[in-house]
Amino acid sequence: MTSATTDRPLTEPVAEPTPRDPWEGFVPGPWQEQIDVRDFIQRNYEPYEGDAAFLAGPTEKTLAVWDTLQNTYLAEERRRRVYDVDTHTPADVDAFDAGYISDQDDVIVGLQTDTPLKRAMMPNGGWRMVETAITEAGKEIDEDVKKVFTRYRKTHNDAVFDIYTPRIRAARSSHIVTGLPDAYGRGRIIGDYRRLALYGADTLIADKKVAKDAVVDQPFSEHWARYREEHSEQIKALQKLIRLGDSYGLDLRRPAATAQEAVQWTYMAYLASVKSQDGAAMSIGRLSGFLDVYFQRDLAAGTITETEAQEIIDALVIKLRIVRFLRTIDYDQIFSGDPYWATWSDAGFGTDGRPQVTKTSFRLLQTLRNLGPAPEPNITIFWDPALPAGYKEFCSAVSIETSSIQYESDEQIRDRWGDDAAIACCVSPMRVGKQMQFFGARVNAAKSLLYAMNGGRDEVSGKQITPEGMVTPVAGDGPLDFEEVWQKYEEMLDWVVGTYVEALNIIHYSHDKYAYEAVEMALHDSDIVRTMGCGIAGLSIVADSLAAIRYATVTPVRDETGLIVDYVTEGDFPRYGNDDDRADDIAATIVHTVMSKINEIPMYRDAIPTQSVLTITSNVVYGKATGSFPSGHRAGTPFAPGANPENGADSHGMVASMLSVGKLDYQDALDGISLTNTITPQGLGRTKDEQVTNLVGILDSGFIIDED
Amino acid sequence: MTTTLGVPSVRRSGAGTEGMAQAALERSERLQAIRAGTLASVHSWELVTAVDGPGTRLTVFFAGCPLRCVYCHNPDTMEMRRGQDVELAEIVRRMRRYRRVFTASGGGITLSGGEVLMQPAFARNVLREAKAMGIHTAIDTSGFLGAVATDDFLGDVDLVLLDVKSGTEETYQALTGRHLQPTIDFGDRLAAGGTAIWVRFVVVPGWTDSEENVEHVADIVARWSDVVERVEVLPFHNMGQDKWDSLGMEYKLRDAQPPSTEVVERIRGQFRARGLTVH
Repeated sequence: MTSATTDRPLTEPVAEPTPRDPWEGFVPGPWQEQIDVRDFIQRNYEPYEGDAAFLAGPTEKTLAVWDTLQNTYLAEERRRRVYDVDTHTPADVDAFDAGYISDQDDVIVGLQTDTPLKRAMMPNGGWRMVETAITEAGKEIDEDVKKVFTRYRKTHNDAVFDIYTPRIRAARSSHIVTGLPDAYGRGRIIGDYRRLALYGADTLIADKKVAKDAVVDQPFSEHWARYREEHSEQIKALQKLIRLGDSYGLDLRRPAATAQEAVQWTYMAYLASVKSQDGAAMSIGRLSGFLDVYFQRDLAAGTITETEAQEIIDALVIKLRIVRFLRTIDYDQIFSGDPYWATWSDAGFGTDGRPQVTKTSFRLLQTLRNLGPAPEPNITIFWDPALPAGYKEFCSAVSIETSSIQYESDEQIRDRWGDDAAIACCVSPMRVGKQMQFFGARVNAAKSLLYAMNGGRDEVSGKQITPEGMVTPVAGDGPLDFEEVWQKYEEMLDWVVGTYVEALNIIHYSHDKYAYEAVEMALHDSDIVRTMGCGIAGLSIVADSLAAIRYATVTPVRDETGLIVDYVTEGDFPRYGNDDDRADDIAATIVHTVMSKINEIPMYRDAIPTQSVLTITSNVVYGKATGSFPSGHRAGTPFAPGANPENGADSHGMVASMLSVGKLDYQDALDGISLTNTITPQGLGRTKDEQVTNLVGILDSGFIIDED
Repeated sequence: MTTTLGVPSVRRSGAGTEGMAQAALERSERLQAIRAGTLASVHSWELVTAVDGPGTRLTVFFAGCPLRCVYCHNPDTMEMRRGQDVELAEIVRRMRRYRRVFTASGGGITLSGGEVLMQPAFARNVLREAKAMGIHTAIDTSGFLGAVATDDFLGDVDLVLLDVKSGTEETYQALTGRHLQPTIDFGDRLAAGGTAIWVRFVVVPGWTDSEENVEHVADIVARWSDVVERVEVLPFHNMGQDKWDSLGMEYKLRDAQPPSTEVVERIRGQFRARGLTVH
């Protein structure tokens, strides 16, 4: 173990150890009077229009720490699946002593527990998952801890099942809704971790106290009671954050004074959140422009070099690569591994037209070269064809080398969510520190179509799931009629969507009460926008099936009980994903229809309903629980991810499928739309230069907003 | 989903003309429209990257080909009757829609087949419309019908993807059923007129891969070295086999193996030895 303080200027033997004014040299503005990180960034950041030539490689220290991680910890974890679990200490911001990777781990410090990769229990979400995960990791549970969380302390999971209605239970067990965050942390909340660096914890606490006391004259209501209680929780969380800093020898009470401190402070705030919450997605926000202001100041003052700047970003990224949560094997299967979506959003434009590309945007990408490719942090570029050419080419080159970058349309996000928005998980945008999402998993829109034709009987189990007679099943053995099926689909969606949103309201009510994200919410404004992030799975299957019913001849095949279990489809029909309006319009109509139905339902805490067409990995699970379709999709086989065309249905090239996806109206899916493509570098051209140019071209093509 | 953009020669075909409005005309009107170049028999279309010329391109595969190459991986494009009627306006509409894709990617349109020069009047109109919109144009051809491409026609062609399938009359005829000389003449014309060429040569084991044959091919290509921007040496693959079967046609290369890496590299070396840029 080593002390966290090293030979940085702060500890030089000067007579008075007063740090300089942490804001020295910054352009003043409203950000000094109120918490406003965006204002600080806009007044102080410098866009960088050059190329990648300035970047530095990894230092010996970076490589040494990374090697220790690889050889001592990650290799062992790969062998055992779970490196270690602390089964005695329920996690919290300040629950563990300081921990280090090695003696040289002193650039950016802080681990979730006292040992790298050792996982902590977070039982507030629910005890059963924790117990299963511990057992699956080959460990014994601590009976005392179990007693606390099964006898004395109610969990989120307990509360949800106290409130669930019979129809939710039926929909859940028949898998028409799946993956709901009713037994694990919901995640999808991005604290504005930069606030700790810019203002220090003392200021943040004072600000929250003011907000809490501003409502003392309000007459009693559940609303104001909850408001004051949540603020108290937030203040306590910030005090724990100070203690966490103390344990690493960092004074988080005051603002960061150097670039190294700005990164360290920001990371400490993030670390506090992943020490206390194990949400499915724990995204880190939009950091590059903010941190770059500090780097530029230190570089100009000559107190750091480019090599040191890169070493700091590399050290941060190393830490983000070893965040671990205690998950069950089932969970890992849904998510195809052990992701936690530390999405780091970058680039895009400011509303004033300046690109928000900085040298630190380059440094972040450079970590993929210095440390090698890795899925975390999930680097997400807000792409616009007008981004500086040097940056676009660097993104493209690093994408080709590492397959580790995700892209989103900057224009669509900026127009709706402003220029300081960040992505939670893979596609959900939100204004950092001003907005949070209630994560809604997704409803099986494809299975709903089968329910519509079977009058609510499950095509796999044969059980009647919806009230009998609510939707009359398709009669007779003749070919299906499009208008009739569409009518039934709409009726079925009323029930499915209603049931689904009811479940979400219950889940988030319970999560707020029993598994509140105090430290993340302490890094938000007191009044925030909440969205209810609903979602659908199986879009392409419904679109193709409805296209088949409309343009070909589809005859139902029934079992001996009259249940439709298969379809015979004769003739050609257009398929979604080929830039063919006939099928693409059906897909867009489905998304629009689901959204209209969601909009009709009141939301918990007045959340604004949104929708995503997103699945990256859970398609296998959805597919397993679903029957055969008129499109030819077979029972039990995986769905295509997100808004992707059905596997093999897109026969006119990737760009054509991108254009089809582009026809889905973003206003109907403000929580995001995903399209997953795999391209081999060789598929992009004969030479590296050609590959880079062609990938830039494909991205530009995909993100051009249609003016027609 | 996995979309593998095939290079060098892995192409999904049979993608079809879906999404394109198909024309239904009376027989006499149809013949008139074909002569006027406002109607064509099209096999399929695709938006592809790095396969049929620079950038992302709208490749239109015309139906019908005068050659009967033993290794053809798209035998369903050989006969014009297997295509579907598509009107000029439909192709123009689609080009207009993809104009921004072409601009963003440095792409354009490629007229391929089958053999594009089987339907020269229509191709001519498409090329003219494309140039009027400022779109980069390419044709992908064996050159066998090069004589039907007038100088005026070639004036609207930015790039020719020219297949030189074999190096001697004898081997060319065995492979394709047709003569080699028209291809050489066409290449000479392109070179004289300064039209850019990407040469393609498919390595078919036992048919085109002998050192001697490749020497002949390379000598032919070297005549045009002023305009040849690159030579693409493409290993034969067997993915067309199913199509031959489903069309009930006899496939002479059944179960043939792709060439070894060493052979492909040796052949690339033979082109490089003539100062050509080879991929």
